[in-house]
Amino acid sequence: MPSNGSVSDAPITQFINCRILKEHTLQREDLWVRDGRILDPEKLFFDEQGYADRQLDCGGAILAPGFIDVQLNGGYGVDFSTPSEDPGAGVAFVAKKILEHGVTSFCPTLVTSPPSVYHKVLQRFSFFTARCEFQSGGVHGAGVLGVHLEGPFISLEKKGAHPEQFLRTFGGSGGVNPLLEVYGGLDNVSMVTLAPELAGSQSVVEELSQRGVTVSLGHSVANLSQAEEAVQQGASFITHLFNAMLPFHHRDPGIVGLLTSNRIPAGRSVFYGMIADGIHTNPAALRIAHRAHPAGLVLVTDAIMAMGLPPGRHTLGQQVIEIQGLHAYVAGTTTLSGSIATMDMCVRHFQQASGCSVPEALEAASLHPAQLLGISHQKGSLEYGCDADLVLMDDQMVLEATYISGVEVWRK
Amino acid sequence: MKLIILEQYDQVSEWAAKYVRNKILLFNPGPERYFTLGLPTGGTPLGCYKKLIEFYKNGEVSFQYVKTFNMDEYVGLPRDHPESYHSFMWNNFFKYIDIRAENVHILDGNAADLPSECQAFEKKIQDAGGIELFVGGIGPDGHIAFNEPGSSLVSRTRVKTLAMDTIQANARFFDGDLSKVPTMALTVGVGTVMEAKEVMILITGGHKAFALYKAIEEGVNHMWTVSAFQQHPQTLFVCDEDATLELRVKTVKYFKGMMHVHNKLVDPLPGSLKKN
Repeated sequence: MPSNGSVSDAPITQFINCRILKEHTLQREDLWVRDGRILDPEKLFFDEQGYADRQLDCGGAILAPGFIDVQLNGGYGVDFSTPSEDPGAGVAFVAKKILEHGVTSFCPTLVTSPPSVYHKVLQRFSFFTARCEFQSGGVHGAGVLGVHLEGPFISLEKKGAHPEQFLRTFGGSGGVNPLLEVYGGLDNVSMVTLAPELAGSQSVVEELSQRGVTVSLGHSVANLSQAEEAVQQGASFITHLFNAMLPFHHRDPGIVGLLTSNRIPAGRSVFYGMIADGIHTNPAALRIAHRAHPAGLVLVTDAIMAMGLPPGRHTLGQQVIEIQGLHAYVAGTTTLSGSIATMDMCVRHFQQASGCSVPEALEAASLHPAQLLGISHQKGSLEYGCDADLVLMDDQMVLEATYISGVEVWRK
Repeated sequence: MKLIILEQYDQVSEWAAKYVRNKILLFNPGPERYFTLGLPTGGTPLGCYKKLIEFYKNGEVSFQYVKTFNMDEYVGLPRDHPESYHSFMWNNFFKYIDIRAENVHILDGNAADLPSECQAFEKKIQDAGGIELFVGGIGPDGHIAFNEPGSSLVSRTRVKTLAMDTIQANARFFDGDLSKVPTMALTVGVGTVMEAKEVMILITGGHKAFALYKAIEEGVNHMWTVSAFQQHPQTLFVCDEDATLELRVKTVKYFKGMMHVHNKLVDPLPGSLKKN
């Protein structure tokens, strides 16, 4: 049927019989979509005298904003940090697969690597994202919101699984020059995780923030005042809270103390990433963080290439990994080789472990990461004008379908 | 006149909604034959709208071939202001039903030329063939639409300055700030409503008991504009027990004695529930 609007001729879809996540609650409302964006139906009705071209019955399910994962290292056997003939193809493959976890956009994450890898991979990413500010999602896969570079400007003591020989310091040149040198450029980079205690970090944090790159604190031994100073320079995120940082101490709470710091500049908020897979963060620690600062909690999977693979032994690059249940071990040992959590699983686990409401759990995977990246006018909520990136789920938050720009891209 | 006395607000809402439903079904509207319905805003009709939405969702009634005309709208209030009557109708009724926007008529309180907007509204009613059923509520001072006490009983759609009582009563919707309450409105006239084939007025609550008494037990009086409907050939007043407090026992008993007859008006129509 031809459409009817005076503003646009694009067809209008009306999701009916659903509970939509809006204003922090689940509301029994219809959701209207045109041109891939959420439409104000009252304006359509009175200004355009328009109506929906088709109605989509959601059968009473929950309709929420699509999930945003700001820290994903790979999956399904693909490691974004391993140079390959065509890194773009690996990202595209994973981007398509994670639609079934409700992820509609994400930040491919590179762990500490030598400059040659950054140059090569980022160059390919830049090719991949060249068309616009970020690669928009669709049937082909989740959208790419720029790359998250985790390292190499991090602490030796808290390097975690990052290869020691490639760690760097900022040196004496000041500003982002050392980063440009190592990374080969900052185009298509949306986030950098660094250790604020490294000499020269102030001007780096400041300049990155000015360039619109989100600065995250992590893999660091910073004390609270160093962390607060970085926030005052523009840092706004904490990479996988509790992991790879000093443990909370009551006389110097370290980076964890940012959650309740009173030295955060007015009007700003600190967000923090949480791997809520029930393995990497004890549920009690999850609850402490959530209760201290619920509005800053951002669910991340931090998943590695073993995510999405079936149980059993897998040879991934130089490593042999054994997957048992939700654990991925270095084969033959009990050493965790990284997270294999999926985003929908993290949302469910977070809700159960924290006892928070369904809307709160959903917002930790949508609204909060969008606010962190400064794109909440566009993603992460169902406000009028936002992209119609959606997940359809039952009351237990088990996914039924995923939509990007109003188009169904996955269904169970 | 018929006076329908029911126990409480919920029963009033349900009775009125069933009456509207039956009227639409009996009219048997179609593409060449629209049912024309006059509609009020405010707290009183809210329950009736809820019931009508329920009937629509159950497949008992459709608004596809219904044209609606609203009684009034504030002057100068942005259309998308939450207290505008456009917003009220959208949020409480239209967004839930299958009515088409082109069949909805609400006065535009932001029109450049308000008198011609009013004239155009009258013309639209005429062009639609007049109104089959006008549903209304009243204020405690007996006003219908914004026809405040002293309004002409043959008035037409026009700009009206609101009475101080009304402005004060409405302040609760505007953060309790009198200066934010619009002081003017566009409203259909008493004469406009009088021309409807049928008029149904909902009155609930003890605070409206005196107005109901003035409406039906005393004479026609422009200080209680709703009393004009004594001269309308087909008027129903639907009220709850509390609203009858100022009526004579004799009046109440007489009309209660006829409830078994009047209730037949809202019985499900044969076959109408079998749809879907």
